[in-house]
Amino acid sequence: MSFPERGLIGIRALRREDIELILRTARSMKDISKRDVKKVPALRGKTVANLFFEPSTRTRTSFELAAKRLSADVVNFSPSGSSMAKGELMLDTVKNILAMNVDALVIRAKPEGACEFISQHVDVPVINAGDGMHEHPTQALLDALTMEEQFGTLDGLKVLIVGDILHSRVARSNIYLLKNFDIEIRVCGPPTLIPRGIESMGVKVFYHLQEALEGVNVIMMLRIQMERMQGGHFPSIHEYSKFWGLTAEILDRHAPPDAVVMHPGPLNRGVEITPDVADGARSVILYQVENGVAVRMAVLYLVVGGGR
Amino acid sequence: MPEKIIIQRAEFENTLRRMAYELVEKCGGLENVVLVGVHRGGVWLAYRIATIIQAERGHELPRGELDINLYRDDLSRIGYHPEIRRTEVPVPIDNAFVVLVDDVIYTGRTARAALDALMDLGRPQKVLLCVMVDRGGRELPIQPDIYGVKVPVDSTGLIEVRFREIHGEDAVVVRPRS
Amino acid sequence: MTAIVLKKGRVIDPSQHLDTERTVIIRDGRISGIYPPGDEPPVEEDVLEFNVDGLVVCPGFIDLHVHLRDPGEEWKEDIASGTLAAARGGFTTVVAMPNTIPPNDTPQVTAYIVRRAREVGHVRVVPAGRIVRADGTALSPFGEMVEAGACAFTDDGSWTSDAQLMERAMEYAKAFGVPLLSHPEEPALSCGGQINEGQMSLLLGLKGIPSQAEEVAVFRDIKLAELTGGHLHLQHISTKGSVELVKLAKEKGMKNITCEVTPHHFSLTEEAVEGFNTSAKVKPPLRTEDDRQALLLGLRDGTIDCIATDHAPHSELEKKREFNEAAFGISGLETALPLSLNLVRNGHISLSRLVELLSVNPARIISSRGGTLKPGAPADVTVFDPDLEWEVTPEALASRGKNTPFLGKKLRGRVVITIVEGRIVHSVLKV
Repeated sequence: MSFPERGLIGIRALRREDIELILRTARSMKDISKRDVKKVPALRGKTVANLFFEPSTRTRTSFELAAKRLSADVVNFSPSGSSMAKGELMLDTVKNILAMNVDALVIRAKPEGACEFISQHVDVPVINAGDGMHEHPTQALLDALTMEEQFGTLDGLKVLIVGDILHSRVARSNIYLLKNFDIEIRVCGPPTLIPRGIESMGVKVFYHLQEALEGVNVIMMLRIQMERMQGGHFPSIHEYSKFWGLTAEILDRHAPPDAVVMHPGPLNRGVEITPDVADGARSVILYQVENGVAVRMAVLYLVVGGGR
Repeated sequence: MPEKIIIQRAEFENTLRRMAYELVEKCGGLENVVLVGVHRGGVWLAYRIATIIQAERGHELPRGELDINLYRDDLSRIGYHPEIRRTEVPVPIDNAFVVLVDDVIYTGRTARAALDALMDLGRPQKVLLCVMVDRGGRELPIQPDIYGVKVPVDSTGLIEVRFREIHGEDAVVVRPRS
Repeated sequence: MTAIVLKKGRVIDPSQHLDTERTVIIRDGRISGIYPPGDEPPVEEDVLEFNVDGLVVCPGFIDLHVHLRDPGEEWKEDIASGTLAAARGGFTTVVAMPNTIPPNDTPQVTAYIVRRAREVGHVRVVPAGRIVRADGTALSPFGEMVEAGACAFTDDGSWTSDAQLMERAMEYAKAFGVPLLSHPEEPALSCGGQINEGQMSLLLGLKGIPSQAEEVAVFRDIKLAELTGGHLHLQHISTKGSVELVKLAKEKGMKNITCEVTPHHFSLTEEAVEGFNTSAKVKPPLRTEDDRQALLLGLRDGTIDCIATDHAPHSELEKKREFNEAAFGISGLETALPLSLNLVRNGHISLSRLVELLSVNPARIISSRGGTLKPGAPADVTVFDPDLEWEVTPEALASRGKNTPFLGKKLRGRVVITIVEGRIVHSVLKV
């Protein structure tokens, strides 16, 4: 019993056929969002709780829209102004919400393994919307859907992830997903932000962006968090963007002409990516956002849709 | 109960042909008519009917396909997740004459779901229901406007409509539910 | 006082190079004598006689590393429950770590633990005091605390990172003949870490603690021991590099360095945290198979002096949490013997070496009068059945801390009698 019965905790536990089923389902879901009537009755009468113990407007909105387009009722819970501030344990909060007869939980939380932990103690499926540095499975799925749309297939691609690999759940989930396919995975960033031994996960490590860009199909830029500076991971924003920021000039000179640029958002314009790249012809960032709703509809349908 | 063939080959083709004539007649022509097949058998049936009309009348009817799983009334009861296929109708169905095509009609629940799915795509002027086999056993007040054969079968039996394009033969067979 | 006769057991006492069938007679809280079966002298007074044929009789185990949580965190454990767990595990003496609330950095807290242990304890408790006073940068009053009953000093739970204070502590402790127990962990390198830095930290995205965080601390401490000549005992070493550093120091002839290893470190690897299993969250973290093999080698070749449990009981409140929020620690007193017997069964060490690691050597490190069955010694005796299989369940554990990664597992080897100074504190055998 794992996916989809227990929900979606991480990509690591998925098999290639699970991933392909989600992507196929997402493609069908995508049509719904393009119609005049953007709603199907699949999850009529079901209630999905969005528990965001860590703020995230976009992911929450995306999950909310996805659930609503499947006709589920959605309750949003975020800790500000709630009992979490009064020292209540996360699990108690979850159990309180569940007592109101909720059919599935979408959880974003800071501690790694929070979703795994909660799913061990509740009997409804849990969908991980990002847990610390661990996983962000729906992000990796929407990234894969975007890549597949751009290139027709995932097999044979070269994918480069640039930035703070060490602290990134997006990078980790993407690596787990892409490893199921015949894909060359590269990571690039300052050595302080690349976990030691990551080669054992089947990725190639680069420290120089120009070199890393050679021959790639997909360039995934990660958000750099300013607080990493205090930890001594890099000396200044200026230096970071000079060596690991993506500019139109570097892109044009070093990446193949058909390479696309992705970013999980929110963007730090001018830091890891310049505005002309973010808004340029090779950017598929807004497709990623659109695909996010489709992927989350697919996951919700597969997890909540069946009987039990 | 072994497998039993109801119709096959030439008789199958003749049935299709009759259905095509009936369709043209009931629609009062081919103007503004859209065929919408229900996944999966209905999509093939629509294709075959369209092929006959194309050959006889030289008119290519627009064809769409419909996945009704997201509209099923038993989604929360069945223990599995039916895979969702694409729903695609290439022309606007507002004010169109839509012929909903499925291979078999039984309880009528699929047709009900298909009608709901269709309504979310637009507001057709009129909808006809066209099936290859009517096996009886209706649970909803829905009847086909055009049908190929009537084969009363109880719940222990299964009707299979085979198309040469995918199954290698044209046939309607009855067999026990395994 | 009633005499106790342990008849025809396999008596293993490395302090007398003994491993043979003998009868042990205990009188007035002391070992009265050890006799070949049939040669026993008559015992006139009241006597409790146990037939221990087929069982191992050895000097009582001594655990240099136990958190009794008393005073201050009695919901996790207290002196009564912790010493009962010790008795069940075959330990006749336990060294109580000072990270209590309040911490044991005064003779008053030391005296409380000693007195409380006398009142409600099942086995002998010797407190270890803090090296550096919890409220500042001065040393704890070693002398007064030794007078009150302390046997060692340690800042266990964290490292004494101020090198100057550690250097002074090592010098000063020489006056009282007590060892300093060091928890080697450079906090600047382990900071925020949850598990070993390696495959599992990569897979789970948990912050890792590199082996080197331990090894740089081991290295500094060895250098300070070299400088001062004080007795340094390294707690729960867990990495191949630490074993190598200790081995090197010993090869250079440093007699003032000893070290311990825990049963969980020589039994498990980092993979035990798979699925964010908080019962395997411990400091130092469970390491790799390579490290585990190095620990096994160290146990065999004498680099490692003793096995200590680092018994760290926690309640559900601390362990049934998100991994990052969960407390470090494993409840270990009651599973130490069967896990150590695995070393014998797998051919790493002999039974006699096992008794050395669990009793003789730890006694020497804290200058305890236990660790031997020589006539006249205090009658601290452990009798165990090396093959008895049992399942680790919450009910089977006397400790309040049910936090062990071995929960639900079947282990082989169980203590059947524990005797402290001639008192039977645990027995599942009939007279």
